[in-house]
Amino acid sequence: MNSTQTALQFEIDKQSFWKGLTPFDWVWSIVVMLGTAYAYVMYQDLMDVYEKGILVSTGVGLVFLGWSWKAMRGLSIAVFLLSILGISRYVNGLSDADTDFFLRFLVSGQSAVMWMSALYVLATVTYFIAFFGRSDFAGKVASAMTWSATTMGLVGLMVRWRESYLIGIDVGHIPVSNLYEVFILFSIITALLYLFYERRYQTRALGGFVLLIISAAVAFLLWYTFDRQADEIQPLVPALKSYWMKIHVPANFVGYGAFALAAMVGTAFLVRAKADERGSNGIATTLPDLDVLDDLMYKSIALGFAFFTLATILGALWAAEAWGGYWSWDPKETWALIVWLNYAAWLHMRLTKGWRGKPMAAWAIIGLFVTLFAFLGVNMFLSGLHSYGEL
Amino acid sequence: MTNQPTTSIARGAKTSALLVRFLGSMNLAITLLVALSIAAIIGTVLQQNQPYTDYVIKFGPFWFELFQQLGLYDVYSSGWFLFILFFLVVSTSTCIYRNAPNMLREMREYRENSTLETLKNYPNTYSWSLSSTHAEVLEVTQKLFQHNGYSARIKEGDGHTLVSGMKGAGSRLGYVLTHLAIVLVCIGGLIDGNAILKARELLGQITTETRNLPADEVPEISRLGVENMSFRGSVSIPESRESDVLFINYKDGYLVQELPFSVEVKDFRIEHYLSGQPKSFESDLVIHDDRLAEPLQQTISVNYPLIYDGYSIYQASFSDGGSELELLAWPLSGSGTAQKKLETKVGDDLQLNLFNESWVLETSNFRLFNINPSDDPSKKFKNAGPSVQFKMRDKTGEAKEFLNYMVPVEREGQLYYLSGVRSSPAEEFKYLYVPVDDAGGIDRFMNYLHALNDKTLLMDLAAKQNVTGSSLPSQDSAKFNEAMVRLVGVFLKSGMNGVIEQVEKNVPADKREDVTKLYVRVIQQMLGAVYLDVLAKEGVDVSLGVDEKKAAFFDAASAAISSIDRYGSPVYFQLTSFVHHQASGLQIAKAPGKNLVYPGCAMLILGVFLMFYAPQKRMWAWFETTEDGIKLLLSGHAVRDNMDFSAEYQQLQAQFGRILSP
Repeated sequence: MNSTQTALQFEIDKQSFWKGLTPFDWVWSIVVMLGTAYAYVMYQDLMDVYEKGILVSTGVGLVFLGWSWKAMRGLSIAVFLLSILGISRYVNGLSDADTDFFLRFLVSGQSAVMWMSALYVLATVTYFIAFFGRSDFAGKVASAMTWSATTMGLVGLMVRWRESYLIGIDVGHIPVSNLYEVFILFSIITALLYLFYERRYQTRALGGFVLLIISAAVAFLLWYTFDRQADEIQPLVPALKSYWMKIHVPANFVGYGAFALAAMVGTAFLVRAKADERGSNGIATTLPDLDVLDDLMYKSIALGFAFFTLATILGALWAAEAWGGYWSWDPKETWALIVWLNYAAWLHMRLTKGWRGKPMAAWAIIGLFVTLFAFLGVNMFLSGLHSYGEL
Repeated sequence: MTNQPTTSIARGAKTSALLVRFLGSMNLAITLLVALSIAAIIGTVLQQNQPYTDYVIKFGPFWFELFQQLGLYDVYSSGWFLFILFFLVVSTSTCIYRNAPNMLREMREYRENSTLETLKNYPNTYSWSLSSTHAEVLEVTQKLFQHNGYSARIKEGDGHTLVSGMKGAGSRLGYVLTHLAIVLVCIGGLIDGNAILKARELLGQITTETRNLPADEVPEISRLGVENMSFRGSVSIPESRESDVLFINYKDGYLVQELPFSVEVKDFRIEHYLSGQPKSFESDLVIHDDRLAEPLQQTISVNYPLIYDGYSIYQASFSDGGSELELLAWPLSGSGTAQKKLETKVGDDLQLNLFNESWVLETSNFRLFNINPSDDPSKKFKNAGPSVQFKMRDKTGEAKEFLNYMVPVEREGQLYYLSGVRSSPAEEFKYLYVPVDDAGGIDRFMNYLHALNDKTLLMDLAAKQNVTGSSLPSQDSAKFNEAMVRLVGVFLKSGMNGVIEQVEKNVPADKREDVTKLYVRVIQQMLGAVYLDVLAKEGVDVSLGVDEKKAAFFDAASAAISSIDRYGSPVYFQLTSFVHHQASGLQIAKAPGKNLVYPGCAMLILGVFLMFYAPQKRMWAWFETTEDGIKLLLSGHAVRDNMDFSAEYQQLQAQFGRILSP
C-alpha cells in the first residue's frame, strides 16, 4: 500500500460513523438496550403490541440520539438517576410526597416541575445578562441552568407518570394528557431544540430570546397550577385511553416547540436587521449574522413542519379509531390544518420564490400566534371533541 | 388560407399553455392556501351543524337566511368550499404535471456534460496541481465520493476525466410525493365528505326528513340504500334490540341509511373510576347477516371499533333506552289532595289528568349517575345519584322542563330533594329545595304545605294567636284573624317577596317599615303554629318546643314554600323507583376514500422528511494530466442548505488536500 492509499484509508476511518464511536458510546447503547429489555420483560403484560413497539423504538431512538448528540447521554443519565430516586422514595403511597424530604423538596412530580420553572426563569435572566454584559461566563452558567431545568422537567414528568399509577393502576397514564402536562413538555422540547442549535451554531446570544417564550409558558404553568390546581392528576377519559397518545402528542409538541423557536429566532432577526440598518455597533450586532439567523429559522420551521405533519396525520389515524372518522372538521383539527397551511405557504415562499429577510421573520412570528391559538385558543374559546384542557 | 388553421392551433396551444401556467403558478397555490385557511377559520368561529332554530335565535331571521344561503352552517361541505378544494387539487395536479418530469429527470441526471467553465463558476470550487498519478486521483476521488455518500459516474473526456457525484435525489422524489399526496388526500376526502350527498340532493334524488318519524315510516326520498358507498351516520340502539338503519344528520333534518345487516346491542356497560368519572364505554354487539353462517359477536369500546364488511362500527355515545320509572305526583296547591302514583317510560308521552287539569308528561331522560364537580375541596367530584328529566305540557301546549333527583343532597347540614325547572332549553335550571324529614321522606313537607292551604285550620290557629298582645273586641279580632289568614295566602301564592311588594303598593312610605315588620311577624307566627300543628298530628311531642333539627326543617320548608311560586308547577314529581334500560349510541361509517387518504398520508410524511432531510447535492472532480502533473478541480453545488453544503464541501476539499500530495 502506498502512502496515498494509507492516507485515504486514514481519512475514511477517521470519518466513519461506526469507527468514530467511543467505548462510552457502546456502553451507552448497551445500558439503554438493557433498560429497554428490562422494561419489556417486566411490564409486557401491561402493554399491547403497539405499546411494545413504541417502547422498543424509544430505546433504539435514544441510542441513536445519544450517539449523534453526545450531551443527550448525560441528560438521560441524570434524568434516570433522579427519577429512580423519586420513584423509590414512594413507599407508602402518594402521601409520602408531603413527608419525605427528597420528594417534598426535590423530586416529586410537582417539586421537580417547580425546580424546572425556577431554573428556566433564572436561565432567561442569565442569558440576557450574558448578552448585554457580553459575558462568556454568564452564558455558560445560563446554558447549565437550561440543561438543569430540562433535566428537572423530564424528572417531573417521569415521576408524575409513576404517581399516576400510585393513584390507581387503572388511572396511570403517560403525562401528556392535559394542558398542564403538555406545557411542561412544550418547555422541555423548545429548550432541547434550542440547546441543540446553540451547540451547532456556537452562539449563546439567542438564549434569552428563546427562553423568553419558555418563561411565558412557565408563567402560564404556574398560574394554572396555583389558580386552578391543574397539577392534580386526573384519570383519562375513555377517548384518550389509547397508545396513539404516546406518539401523537409528543410529535405535535416537537412541532409547536420548533415553531416557537423559529418565532423567537425571527424576533432576533428583526432586532439584528434593525441594528444593521442603523449601522449601529451596539449589543445587537453580537447576535449571529442575518444569514445564520435566516438559516436557523428555516431549519426550525422545516423541522416543525415535518413533525407537525406527522403529528396531524397520527391524530387523524387516531381519530379514525376513536371518533369514527379521520377528519371531522373539529375546531382543533381545523386549526391544525390552518397552522399547517400557514407554514406550508411560508416554506413555499422561501423555497420556490426565494423570499428571505424581514418579511419571513415577521411571518414566523405571526405563525407563532396562529400556532398559539391552535394550541391554546381553541381550548379556551371553541368547543369540540378536543376539550381536554379547559381553562 | 392555409395559415388559418395553424394560427388557431398555435393560439389554442398558447391559451392552454397560459392556462397551465396560471393553474400551476405559485401565486395561485398560495392564494388557495390562504383562502382555504380563511374558510376554515369561519367554520370554527361559527359552530357548525347546529339545529336551525338555534341559528334563528342567535342571528335573527334576516342574517339567518343570508348565512344559510352562504352555506355557513356547514362550511366544509358548502359549494364554495368544495370549489376551493377542487381548485387546490387542480392547481397541485398542474404543478406536478409541469414539474414532476423535470424533477424525476434531475434525480437520475449526473450532469456529466458540465463544462470546466460551469464548474469554475460554482461558489464552491478549488483546484490543485498534483504530483500524483491519474489512477491515484481517480481512486481517491471515487472512494471519497462514495464515502461521503455520493454516487458517482465517470466520464472520460477529451484529455480529461470528469467524476460527477450526486446524493440526496430523495428530495426531488419528496417533492413529487408530497404534492401527489395532497391530491390523493383531497380526492379521498371529497369522496368521504358529503359532496356526493349534496350532488344527489341537487339532482332531486333525495330530500331531508325534518319530521320526527320512526325509521320505517320515513319516505323513500329520504332513504339511502345499501349501495351508498360513503357515509357516516349514527343510531341509538337500546339493549337487547337491533337496528338495520342509521340516521345521517344533514342540514336541518336527517336521512335514513339502510344497512345490509342488522346490529344488535346485547349489553351496554359503563365502568367508572373510583373517583366516579367514567372509565370505559362498552357494547356487546351481535351482527346478524344472512351471509354469515352464524351471527358475529364482538365487544366494542371507545378506541376499539369493529370493522365488518367495510363498515366501521364505533362506540360513540350512550343514552337512555326506555327506563321504566315510578313517580309520585304531589300536589303543590290545594289541601287534602293525596299524592298519586304514576308509571311511565323514558321516551313516552303520558296523558295525565292530575288535580283537575289535563297534562302531558313527556319523559325525556333518566340518568343513573350524576357526576358533578364537588364543593368539598377534598373530593373533585360527587355522585348526586339518579335523576329524571321530563316536560309537563299543559292544554295550551306550553311546557316546562324539570330535572328531579331521586336521592337527597346535603346543603349546610340539611338534606334536600332537588328539582330543577326551566321554561326553555336555553335557560339554566332553577332549583327547588324540598327538605327531607326525619323519616327520610317528603311527607312532612307536603303535610305542612297542605296545612298552609287549609283555610279552616288557618282560621282556627289564627284565633289562638295573640299577635298584637292586646285583647280586641271579638268582631275586630275576627277581622284581624281573617287578615292573618289572607296574609298567609299571599305568602303561599307569591312568597315573602310578594308580601313585601304588597306592602309597598298599599302602605304609605312612612309606615312601610312598621307594617312589613308586623306582617313578617304575623306570617312567622302563623307558619310556626301550622308547623307545630303538623308535628302534633304526626304524634311528635311539641309541648317543650322543637329540637334544633326540626327547627332547621321549619326554616328550610318555609324557604322552599316561599319560592314555590317561582317553581311554577302545581305538581312535584318524586322519583320512587326505576328499572334502568340503556341504549348504546353507535356510529357506523363507510369511508372508501380512506384507500386514497391513507397512502396519501404515508406519502406526505415520507415526502416531507425526504424534502427537508435529503437535499440534493452535487460534486464534480475534473482532472487532466498536464506537463506539471495532474490538475484537479473540485466543485460542488446544492440547491438548498447552502450553509451546510459549504461546510460539507470544505470538509471534502480538506480530505482531498490531505491525501493527495501537491
